[in-house]
Order: sequence, then structure tokens, then C-alpha cells
Amino acid sequence: MTDASTESPRMTQPAATASRFRRQWAKLKRNKAALVGGVLILVFVLTALLAPVLYRGNPSAPNLMKSLEPPSLENPLGTDELGRSILGRIIYGARVSLLIAVGVIAVGIILGIPLGLISGYYGGKVDFIIQRITDAMLAFPGFLLALALVAVLGIGLKNTMISIGISMVPIYIRLVRGCVLSVREEIYVEAARAVGTRDAVILIRHILPNVMVPITVQTTLGMGTAILFAAGLGFLGIGVQPPTPEWGAMLGSARNYLFHAPHVATFPGIAIFLAVLSFNLFGDGLRDALDPRFKL
Amino acid sequence: MNPPEAPLLAVRNLHTRFHTLDGVVNAVDGVDFEVYPGETLGLVGESGCGKSVTAFSILQLLRCPPAEIQGQVEFEGVDLLGLDKEAVRRIRGGGISMIFQEPMTSLNPVLKIGEQIAEGVRVHKKMTHRQSRRWAVEMLRMVRISSPGSRARQYPHKFSGGMRQRAMIAMALSCRPRLILADEPTTALDVTIQAQVMELMQELKKEFNTAIVLITHDLGVIAEMASRVVVMYAGKIVEEAPVREIFKDPRHPYTRGLLGSIPVIGRKAETGRRLQEIPGVVPSPMEAPPGCRFHPRCSEALALCSTQPPPVIRLTDNRCVRCWLEAGDNEKKTSDFV
Repeated sequence: MTDASTESPRMTQPAATASRFRRQWAKLKRNKAALVGGVLILVFVLTALLAPVLYRGNPSAPNLMKSLEPPSLENPLGTDELGRSILGRIIYGARVSLLIAVGVIAVGIILGIPLGLISGYYGGKVDFIIQRITDAMLAFPGFLLALALVAVLGIGLKNTMISIGISMVPIYIRLVRGCVLSVREEIYVEAARAVGTRDAVILIRHILPNVMVPITVQTTLGMGTAILFAAGLGFLGIGVQPPTPEWGAMLGSARNYLFHAPHVATFPGIAIFLAVLSFNLFGDGLRDALDPRFKL
Repeated sequence: MNPPEAPLLAVRNLHTRFHTLDGVVNAVDGVDFEVYPGETLGLVGESGCGKSVTAFSILQLLRCPPAEIQGQVEFEGVDLLGLDKEAVRRIRGGGISMIFQEPMTSLNPVLKIGEQIAEGVRVHKKMTHRQSRRWAVEMLRMVRISSPGSRARQYPHKFSGGMRQRAMIAMALSCRPRLILADEPTTALDVTIQAQVMELMQELKKEFNTAIVLITHDLGVIAEMASRVVVMYAGKIVEEAPVREIFKDPRHPYTRGLLGSIPVIGRKAETGRRLQEIPGVVPSPMEAPPGCRFHPRCSEALALCSTQPPPVIRLTDNRCVRCWLEAGDNEKKTSDFV
């Protein structure tokens, strides 16, 4: 981030957009919690991407000679009941968690945004039907809904993503619909209709960009929730299946050894805690920075 | 005065109702008028008398429900209200386009100006992206925006109010429509900019022979621009006349009130006369008074006015008025005074 005074002496055209971005960035930077969240997300993502570099062994290969060892120089976070390095499994687990988070958001966005746009823009019967389905889905706590969907779809990585993703869809529908309801009354939408623009073009080019800020914030917060839900399903043994290293599943199998080998449960727990915390802190900071009503 | 040719737009018995929780609102209540090719028709009235709703009804830009539009809107001989959505969409922008009141909010803040103009052209003229972008720059040049090439790549917040209204005009004209509905195009602009925008519209009108329906409450603008005037009150047309005649000899008491309430610089000093006003406000369309809708505010109301809705009286070929004062004893009056 360059200093504000390095702006070109002549006020050239991108200045206003650039300065708005700069102001938002400055606001985000001043928010210490968001900054911590952002750094943690960066660490999390880098860990996931560089897993084979950071840990050179096979995180799934058992070594029963070394089961349940406490932290040592060889295994900094100790080993689990099958003698696998907990550090290695946490590093590779970051990959799984990131993959799930991205997959869940993709499902949520792909289904939620179009339905929200249609529901908000057209109103009437279409809106009524979509909203009643949304109501029904929101009546269940999100995790319970994901759990029920897993029961229908079956266990595994892909089904974990789909079921948690679907449980996020109603949240996106509501969010997008609410924004569309206010944006569709703007005169520029009317003006676009008055020159004969197609509804699809109006929705994508005129309305969607005006809804992007809340979607961005919701997506950041949603990533945290997705990781937490995935860990929850893993813990119950109906999420990602062993031997794939997954934080929730690690926690689940470790609970049998909680009293004589507490480290086995502690470290994956900390990993989940930090990952979820980072997304929540960053998401909150992003909301404050992007919302023009919160002026610093 | 009217050319004998067929009207470009003929609105017949247009009714627009809104079904609200409080009841049915008759915003436009049986409106008839015609617009001929290349002419400027002024549509005048106070706030809330149904001018804008009339324009929105013509292009069917109202959300139905709650709105309900009935009657006929014939554009080049085709009834728009009978067309399907797709056909109406092709008319919008291509045949009839609209200029809105608020230049500050009628451009999308997140789209470049050039893109917004190009969009309409792409819809109607089957141009490629590149062609339409070049066309947009040409349109900006036409509405006298300097360095249109770089301006087209800017976002609306870089434009002043007057420039935005020019950009709106460029957008409205980009597909060479035969008719423009201009809904208070200059109301939000300051006076010097108003004059520029008016002049621009006049020039462009001449160049492309576009007809304009100019909706305004500013009679000064009407005097400048319009050739014929339609005066609306509470959802009904109360007087229709060529612009000269309406200024010289307004027949409806409401029109007289409107004209009387224009301040003239220096008049008070000369005659000591106070500026007139029309007492009261336009009645809510939900509680329209019986008889003539204007009678509670009319200084010349007869007993009849509060019970019987007045008929439309045709005075000459191109003048008519909806008032009891001109009816019934019409012959007597004309014989007395002419």
C-alpha cells in the first residue's frame, strides 16, 4: 500500500475509484482485529497451498510403533493413535478445509445468487414460492440441515461440500433478495428498462454489481462457518472419511484418548478455532470497511 | 394547425389504477390525446396529477400488479397494451424512449457512461460491442460533451448534473426513436443548464424529426418548446389547445390558475397585483370529489360542478376543455362576447 501523497499531481480519472478503494483499505488496516484475521487467513491459505513443502512425509501412513507420542523434536505436535504426525495431518487438513470452504461457497453462490436475484426482481408468485422454501430451510439450524442432507446424500468429501453448501443457499437468497428489492427501484434500473434492455442483462449488469459488497462480506463469514460445519460433520464421523486428514475427524478420533494423550485433540481443535476465528474477524472488518454508513 | 397525417401515438381512454392496501387509486382516469410525428406536446399539471404515470403507462414500465393499465395506446397504429412483453421491450428505446427527471440517479453508478449508452444500441441495432462503443462516443459528441472519447470511459460520478442529463438524452436518442417521453427533463437542473438542455433537445428534435411528449409543471419550458399543450388535473385532461392559445386565452379555470401563478418580473411594481395562487392541493386520487374534480378549488364553480362531472367541450378543431362554464350556456356566452 503506497502512501496517499504519491497520487499523481493532476487529478486523473481513476482517482475517485482509487481513492475510495484506498479509503476502504485504510479503514480495514486500522481495524487491528481484521488485520489479525487477514494475516491468519493468509497463513491458512499458504499452509494449504504449500502443504507438500511444509511436511515431507505421508500424513496418512500409520506408524504404530510411535502411537500417541507427546510433542517432541521429531514430531513437534506429537502423534495420534496410529502414530501419524499431528503437525503433518493439520497441515494437510488445511487443504481439505480450504477445499471444503471454497466448494461450499461455490454451491451457495451458484444456487443462492440467481434465486435471490429472480426472487427479488420479479416478485409475485415466483418470489412467494422461493421465499417459502427459504423459510422452511431457515427454520432448521444450519448445521442440522447439513446433517440431514448428509443423511440423504451419503458421506464423503463431495457430499459434505454439497450438503453444507445447500444449507448456505437460503442465507444467500435472503441477502441478495433484500438488496435487489432496494436496487430495483432505482431510476437507473427503470431507465435501462426504458431503453428496452433485457431482464437478464439488467439483473447481471445493473443489479448484481450493486449487490456485490454484502455478498463479499457474507462469503468471508460463510467460509468460517463452512469450516466449522465440515469439522462438525467430520467429528461425528459422517464428513470426510479417514484416512484423509481432516480436522474434525482428527478431533473425533482423539476424544477416546482425551485423558492420557490430550495433545491429540488439542492441536486440531486449535487449528479449527484459529481458522474460523480468522474468517470471522476479517469478515467483520470487511463489513465495517465496505459499509459507507460506518465512517471512521 | 395539426398536420392531417396519422398520429404517431394515440392514447385512448387510458386508465391506470393502483391496487393498494388502502384501496384503489385511479392515478390516470380516462386520458385521450394524440402526438403527431415531429411535434412537441406539452403535458402540464401540478405534482401528483398523473403526468408521470401516464408516461410510464405508455411504456408499461409500471409493475403490474399493483398497477393495472386499461385502454389503448396506439403507436404507429399498433396497440401497445395488446402486445406481448417481448414486443413491448423492442418498442422501448427503439420506437419510444424516455428521459427521466433525476439525472443524478438515472445513471447506474457502477457502469461506465459509454457502456450504458451502448447497451441500448446493442439491444436494438444488432451492433457488436466495438461498434456500439464507438456509437456511444458519437452520441456523446452529439449532445455536446467535450472529449467524448475519454468521457465515455468515465463513471457517472465524474459527470455534473447537466452532463448527466445530456448523457441521458444521448441514451434516449441512441436508437433514433420516433418519440421521446421527457419526464421533467430539466426540473432538477439549474436555470442556465436548463436552457442549454432545452436548446439541445430542440436541435436534436429538428435533426431527427423526433416527436416529444414534454412532461413538466414549468409553463416557461412549455412556452419555449411545445406546439400543443395538454393540461391534466387529478388524472383527467382538463384542457387541450395549441400553445399560443392556451397562453392567450386559457379556458379552464385551472389553466387560468396555473398561468396566473407564474411570477412576472416587475408586474407587481406596475399594477400592484399580488401573485395568484390556486388554493388547496390536488385531491388524493382515492378521495376524488364528486362532479368536477377541480370544483373545491375553483373560484368560478357553479352549483352543477359539485354534482355532475363536466363533459368535454370541443371549442374549435384543435381545442377542447372539460368544464361546465363552457357548456350548457355555451351559445349564449359566445354570442355575448364574440
